[in-house]
Amino acid sequence: MTTKLVVGLDGHETGERALAYAQNLAGLIGDCEILVAYVIEWSPYSFQTAEENAQRHKRREEEISTAKERIINPAIKKLSDAGVKTQGVVRHGDVATALNDISKENGAQQIVVARSSEGGFTKRIFGSATSNLVMSASVPVTVVA
Amino acid sequence: MKKIQTIMLSQMLALATASSAYAQEVMTLDQKVNEVFAEVTGPFVGLIFAPFPGTNFPWIVLWLVVAASIFTLYFGFVQFRFFGHAIRLVKGDYSDPNDAGEVSHFQALATALSGTVGLGNIAGVAVAVGIGGPGATFWMILAGLLGMASKFTECTLGVKYRNEYPDGTVSGGPMYYMSKGFDELGLPGGKILAILFSIFCILGALGGGNMFQANQAHAQISGIVGEYPGWITGVIFAAVVFAVIVGGIKSIARVTEKVVPFMGILYVGAALIILIANYDKIGWAFGQIFEGAFTGLGVAGGFVGALIQGFKRAAFSNEAGVGSAAIAHSAVRTNEPITEGFVSLLEPLIDTVVICTMTALVITISGQLIMDPATGQFTLNEAGNAIATVGDTSGVALTSAAFGTSISWFPYVLAIAVVLFAFSTMISWSYYGLKAWTYLFGEGRMQELSFKIIFCIFVIIGAAASLGPVIDFSDAAIFSMAVVNIFALYFLMKLVKRELKSYSTRLASGEIKKFKN
Repeated sequence: MTTKLVVGLDGHETGERALAYAQNLAGLIGDCEILVAYVIEWSPYSFQTAEENAQRHKRREEEISTAKERIINPAIKKLSDAGVKTQGVVRHGDVATALNDISKENGAQQIVVARSSEGGFTKRIFGSATSNLVMSASVPVTVVA
Repeated sequence: MKKIQTIMLSQMLALATASSAYAQEVMTLDQKVNEVFAEVTGPFVGLIFAPFPGTNFPWIVLWLVVAASIFTLYFGFVQFRFFGHAIRLVKGDYSDPNDAGEVSHFQALATALSGTVGLGNIAGVAVAVGIGGPGATFWMILAGLLGMASKFTECTLGVKYRNEYPDGTVSGGPMYYMSKGFDELGLPGGKILAILFSIFCILGALGGGNMFQANQAHAQISGIVGEYPGWITGVIFAAVVFAVIVGGIKSIARVTEKVVPFMGILYVGAALIILIANYDKIGWAFGQIFEGAFTGLGVAGGFVGALIQGFKRAAFSNEAGVGSAAIAHSAVRTNEPITEGFVSLLEPLIDTVVICTMTALVITISGQLIMDPATGQFTLNEAGNAIATVGDTSGVALTSAAFGTSISWFPYVLAIAVVLFAFSTMISWSYYGLKAWTYLFGEGRMQELSFKIIFCIFVIIGAAASLGPVIDFSDAAIFSMAVVNIFALYFLMKLVKRELKSYSTRLASGEIKKFKN
């Protein structure tokens, strides 16, 4: 049976480290598929103007295609070049919840993320996406330093 | 160095003179506008607010209430039957996770609410209670409950008949359901109604949705910092509005989006604190509301006065039947237009039944309305047209004084809230007006820009002076939106009934699935 790993990218160098680690792991496992995921932070309970609402669908499509182009596709290319089986996923929502959902939907055995790249005020109030994921995930999580 | 300073000083002086000359020009221009407006629009305003012969009951108020009652009966009290379902929709229980990132039910509701919650809840209620007594609150609540059915009807149609463009943007509202819906039913005249509605919508947006708001915001600011020319507020407001709607400065809009709901919560929170602190008087206040609803308790116009004020202010506040909400709600992402109808019926509930009632209770409990202890009836003011109040206040000032009796610093918070509410209402109405404008003149950058610039100019005019006739006219324009809209709704309501039947059947059979438990 193919082992599936979900790697959460964040568009930063930290995410690259998580990807490199997962690639290494995949090499050791052998029959392994990597799902590269990027979550666009979004809440259905935020407040928007009427004009933003009218353009939301268009913006969402743009956000997804930008994320694919800049983050997912380069990662997929890198892994495929190295001979690793791979898939890309872009999703809107809360980072921790979405990564956990992706791993459950695909029957992944593990989630690999980098140490949080956010800081300051938001982190103090809401905690980081990484720590939220560690606390709520239903599969083992590896946090790459 | 000194030379530069002199040059700068002289330039500033020249600028100041120019602007004061401009101010004078605005004032005189304004007076002229007033005169011409009053003359030209007088008959129209008179017609919209005309009372039934032999009474002082404006027919437009009855038009709105009768429509709301008919929709309530026609849809079998949809506002109560589907209330729980509406809450579950807003919570996202029925939202497909694959649609994450699209406009949610909650967002559409919040956007529509930010356009309606505002001066109507603060100033309008004070006017109603000041003139009609606490009993007006009863009729206001009743009108709010009935109005939920009007919102349901128009917002379902708003989503069903919106335009979806290839680039993914959407445009919706009464003008679209009028033209497309009438075509579908094979009825003539849909396009004419849509054009008529759009014209009134533009006028309403420039008037009630803009000038009135700018004017009241200036009144609040000058009430705190002292009198100063209104055009200064106007220019600042216009600049900020311009930055948001033309410049696309999202950060300002984003700050307002965050602050306005916070202000709303703060307002309701403060009212709750006052009510809890005076819990022993709540029973008495409700007694006043019920008793006053049917006896008038000695207010101007008796119980009919209370009824008119309650109905009128509820309509002003929640805009049910006006059609504006159908524009705001139409952006939601859903395969079932009727779900947005269910969600929208929460709007009059939150706006009128909850927030307006809180304001009314606080005013009643505060003791700002002067009562004759011997008879237990309210004392009328000298003019005899309203209840006498401590310090002779009315409108926002009455609400402010009522909150001030319990929380001394609250009037300052309220002033900030009024300014922010005014701003968010302006942003919302700029969009409603724009949609009507582009419906008439076509979608395009130039068309949009021309409307947005006109809108900003009207902000300055609105703040610059008291525009009695213009405001009367803009109120009349908003209500005439309701004349056209409700007329169309009577023809289109069977389409909504069809949707309701199909949806209820599928909901009962389990075909419509919950995604969250």
